[in-house]
Amino acid sequence: MSTGATGFLERYEAAVGRLPGDSALRAAAAAAFKVAGLPGGTPRARPVEAWKYTSLRPVAEATFQASPKHEAETLLSGLTLLDAPRLVFVDGVLRADLSDASPTMTTVGHSATVAPLLTGGSFTAGVQIARFADQPDFGTLTWPDREPMVALNTMLASDGATLDVPAGVDGGIVQLVSLSGGQGDFHPRHSIRLGKGARLTVVEISAGQGVYLLNTVAEIHVAAGAHLTHIRLQDEAATAFHVSTTYADVVAGGTYDSFTLNLGGRLSRTEVHTQLSGPGATAHLNAAQILAGSQHADFTTVVSHTAPSCGSRQTVKNVLAGRSRGVFQGKIEVARHAQKTDGYQMNQALLLSPYAEVDSKPELEIFADDVKCSHGATVGELDAEQMFYLRSRGIPDADAKSILVRAFLAEALDAVADETIRGLLETAVEQWWERQKA
Amino acid sequence: MLDIRGLTASIGDKPILKGIDLTVPAGEVHAIMGPNGSGKSTLGYVLSGREDYTVTGGSATFNGADILAMEPEQRAAAGVFLAFQAPIELPGVNNANFLRTALNAIRRAHGESELDAVQFLKLARAETKRLAMPDDMLKRNVNVGFSGGEKKRNEVLQMAILRPKLAILDETDSGLDIDALKIVADGVNALRGPEFSALVITHHQRLLDHLVPNRVHVLAHGRIVRTGGPELAKELEKSGYAGLIAEAA
Amino acid sequence: MAAVTETLDTVQSVTQSGYKWGFETTIEMDFAPKGLNEDIIRLISARKEEPEWMLEWRLKAYAAWLTMTEPRWARVDHPPIDYQDLHYYAAPKKKAGPKSLDEVDPELLKMYEKLGIPLKERAILAGVDPDTVENTQIAVDAVFDSVSVATTFQATLRKAGVIFCPISEAVREHPELVKQYLGTVVPTADNFFAALNSAVFTDGSFVYIPKGVRCPMELSTYFRINARNTGQFERTLIIAAEGAHVSYLEGCTAPQRDENQLHAAVVELVALDDATIKYSTVQNWYPGDANGKGGIYNFVTKRGACRGARSKISWTQVETGSAITWKYPSCVLLGEDSVGEFYSVAVTNNHQQADTGTKMIHVGKGSRSTIISKGISAGHSNNTYRGLVKMLPSASNARNHTQCDSLLIGDQSGAHTVPYIESRNLTAKVEHEATTSKIADDQLFYCRQRGLSEEDAVGLIVNGFCKDVLKELPMEFAVEAQKLLAVSLEGSVG
Repeated sequence: MSTGATGFLERYEAAVGRLPGDSALRAAAAAAFKVAGLPGGTPRARPVEAWKYTSLRPVAEATFQASPKHEAETLLSGLTLLDAPRLVFVDGVLRADLSDASPTMTTVGHSATVAPLLTGGSFTAGVQIARFADQPDFGTLTWPDREPMVALNTMLASDGATLDVPAGVDGGIVQLVSLSGGQGDFHPRHSIRLGKGARLTVVEISAGQGVYLLNTVAEIHVAAGAHLTHIRLQDEAATAFHVSTTYADVVAGGTYDSFTLNLGGRLSRTEVHTQLSGPGATAHLNAAQILAGSQHADFTTVVSHTAPSCGSRQTVKNVLAGRSRGVFQGKIEVARHAQKTDGYQMNQALLLSPYAEVDSKPELEIFADDVKCSHGATVGELDAEQMFYLRSRGIPDADAKSILVRAFLAEALDAVADETIRGLLETAVEQWWERQKA
Repeated sequence: MLDIRGLTASIGDKPILKGIDLTVPAGEVHAIMGPNGSGKSTLGYVLSGREDYTVTGGSATFNGADILAMEPEQRAAAGVFLAFQAPIELPGVNNANFLRTALNAIRRAHGESELDAVQFLKLARAETKRLAMPDDMLKRNVNVGFSGGEKKRNEVLQMAILRPKLAILDETDSGLDIDALKIVADGVNALRGPEFSALVITHHQRLLDHLVPNRVHVLAHGRIVRTGGPELAKELEKSGYAGLIAEAA
Repeated sequence: MAAVTETLDTVQSVTQSGYKWGFETTIEMDFAPKGLNEDIIRLISARKEEPEWMLEWRLKAYAAWLTMTEPRWARVDHPPIDYQDLHYYAAPKKKAGPKSLDEVDPELLKMYEKLGIPLKERAILAGVDPDTVENTQIAVDAVFDSVSVATTFQATLRKAGVIFCPISEAVREHPELVKQYLGTVVPTADNFFAALNSAVFTDGSFVYIPKGVRCPMELSTYFRINARNTGQFERTLIIAAEGAHVSYLEGCTAPQRDENQLHAAVVELVALDDATIKYSTVQNWYPGDANGKGGIYNFVTKRGACRGARSKISWTQVETGSAITWKYPSCVLLGEDSVGEFYSVAVTNNHQQADTGTKMIHVGKGSRSTIISKGISAGHSNNTYRGLVKMLPSASNARNHTQCDSLLIGDQSGAHTVPYIESRNLTAKVEHEATTSKIADDQLFYCRQRGLSEEDAVGLIVNGFCKDVLKELPMEFAVEAQKLLAVSLEGSVG
């Protein structure tokens, strides 16, 4: 059990020296976390603009509980996964025995089992895989002094995936599966690096049981002309807390194409920082959050255009039922010399209940003059005329609602180019919908 | 009189005009024809002073003055008018206000008194009527929400009001139906006189049925490859540019 | 600052020198000693011959202010302000509150003449076409440093039942109204600057439009900071009773000085059932020189409460002046079907910083709001739109539409947009759009090809960009605002 910053810091003090990686970095992160604490973690915490709409007080006050029937194998078998290699983390620690174990895996080049290769061998057709201790660039992109949850991860991280795709290689799909059920808080740390012209699709899937905090950080480098597709499917236990922070650096002609689907968790925060630091780099940061009950989900992005002629696109949708609260904060920054920037962002929220709440803060910070940047935001309920039209054709109220909600989500989901992956996400949405009916 | 000698120009490092020699005496209308990419529009932009184009050699004088040395607005004051192929939209700027500002700037440059709103509107309404254009043309924002045809007609209206000495029409006929085409031709014909000359850049001969040129020049690969009378346009309509270009090459 | 012919001439005559209102008037002044403490507040209250309750109200605000700190969240940057190094009271040396124009210092009258303010009661008019423009009359209240020096048209207004007077006079003459409304829209401890203002405000305008009355003329207050090392803290309170209707104009200028001067005003508007208040501002405080030296710190709290059903408050502002602007004219839409509007043009050039926008708080059913903001950044300036649209659970069928556009001129300035959208009612609809762009090269070329100089072309395009806001201004103001835009952007191109 741990509450507030103190518990985390005590654990760090106890483990210091035994943790892998740069110890000075960890010490600095611990110092930063000691000052900042959990955002909103105590009633007297200083308000922080970046966490205006999300307070982690529930995390500070929670009693983490292991799930009595916690069994990773059962959890895993209940998941819909892609027919592709996977690394499975249980309570934040890699379980080689569960990784890449699917007997149905037939994709060419993906058939090798991962376990023997974890020491740094070749995983698929060219994807180098390693564990956390070997991350070459631990902390090079992150800002623990600005992001308390990144500081927390940096001081406590002990495992994670390191994926390295050499220049020109198509690494196919790799799934990073997180299963949680143990008591406590877990801080996986991933590093993904694509060489020139390389391609990779990473699908992060997280699920669990019980009361826990999963606090993931990923550091991503996309080299010139490389293309990373990054999918996050968050379907944590309804009692769990999920925080995920990604930093991606994209250089000339590279693409970081990300899609986040937030369905689960009592409280979640997904934060994506993308820096477009070479001419012609592109970022897509799309997301959908579908919430019910008293769920709270926060999708926060910062796109920094620091090189000329880069483009960024965002479509973010919130569907909010029950007493849920959806948050979107999206900032587009354009540096002085980042001329010819093309930035666009659209965020839309659909309220399905009189008790739901949406908070949206799309933000532009622009220091270059020859740019095209715009954003749009809408908030509202289902269109009454459309509802009437469907019902007049004999479609029952609930089905009509579901049709229109799916149509609303389609614009975001359509951005996922791979049909199989889009199918996986659509299935997850279907299951969510079924759960609400039940 | 427009006098162009050995004019060369480029965009960036790419030469577009490779030595143009052309004289348009006062009172004459000359047509410039040629295939896409031959440099027709570049000639119009260079003469009116668009900054993206660099003059690398040669000269262009209008009534003896070196127009290439002038700012775009000075050329306008000297009487050069470019009817844009794709007229620019100016959101929130109404046509009447725009034209009055332009007309008064030109009048000031000539030491003439400025027109007040009432005087200007009287003049503008008369021209609008003469060109059979709807009155609201003046009230609308410059080219915003105009159809392709309306934009072209608006260029002709502006020309009628500003009364240039040298009009350069850059494919003003493209995308127009026959009625609109006639309005454009009438607009230019109405200005014809001993003090007025025009360069009509066009792809097709049909405008020249209504706006009969004194001379026709064919531009290809940045050079004038042939010059003739109005019959040259008809000939081109029949046989195309291919033969001419091959001949010149 | 009503736009009379003389004013237009003044503006038109502006040459390269930029700020044309930078002259200083030499008038014998009565200063309170520098610094802020309870004694100073007592002195201000005494000079204003205020009743005891007013003094207590001020002291309470002062006590709150002492516990507060300057807001830090805005994108503005300035050296620390020494609040003890200011005069909190400065008045022309003559008995405050002259009974008629004849009692006003002729130097003052001369200054207002120079600024084009009509102090004499006469029909004033500015317009292009005498046949199409109706003769309008504008009543003016002029606030010079800390005191109101002259209010015109008193007789006509009194006949209509309208109260339009310096707020210091209202405290004495209409205490029941002031007590009922003062501080109810912007509480004394609302924010650091509002608390400061509540403690030390020296003058400003008070307007009361009784039930069913349509104010027979535009009301206008003209603010002028003249004295050195003096803060200006004016307070304006406008109440439109049931069915009342008023249009109020506000203008401001200050002399050109090397040091920064503080201006922290509070404006409170109250609209009851079916009442309409239109509040227009042309803010042209001295912006500092081309190197960012000097200029006014303009830290203003403006808020309107639409308390009644179908009430409407409309803010229109053209902000071209001040070294720093920190200002968010807002509407609390309490009444059913009430309407809030915010139309803003903010221009920054050289080293100016503007952080401005609005808050629309929807409480009432069917309340509607519109926000149109046009920001223009040139030189080394930073221009931020910051706004909040909040739909509370009670705001069924409420609507908001927001359009925020930024225009950048030159590559050394910044344009920022920070909107907050919060909705807790599913039937409420919010639409927000924002764009950032520059003046396209082909637009400039098109204008120049037609004979316009580059600066005229920029002026024309900028005015077009701002049209949706400028058309909300009363006609006389709109003409002036247009000229002002051009003047503010001088030297920003080429």
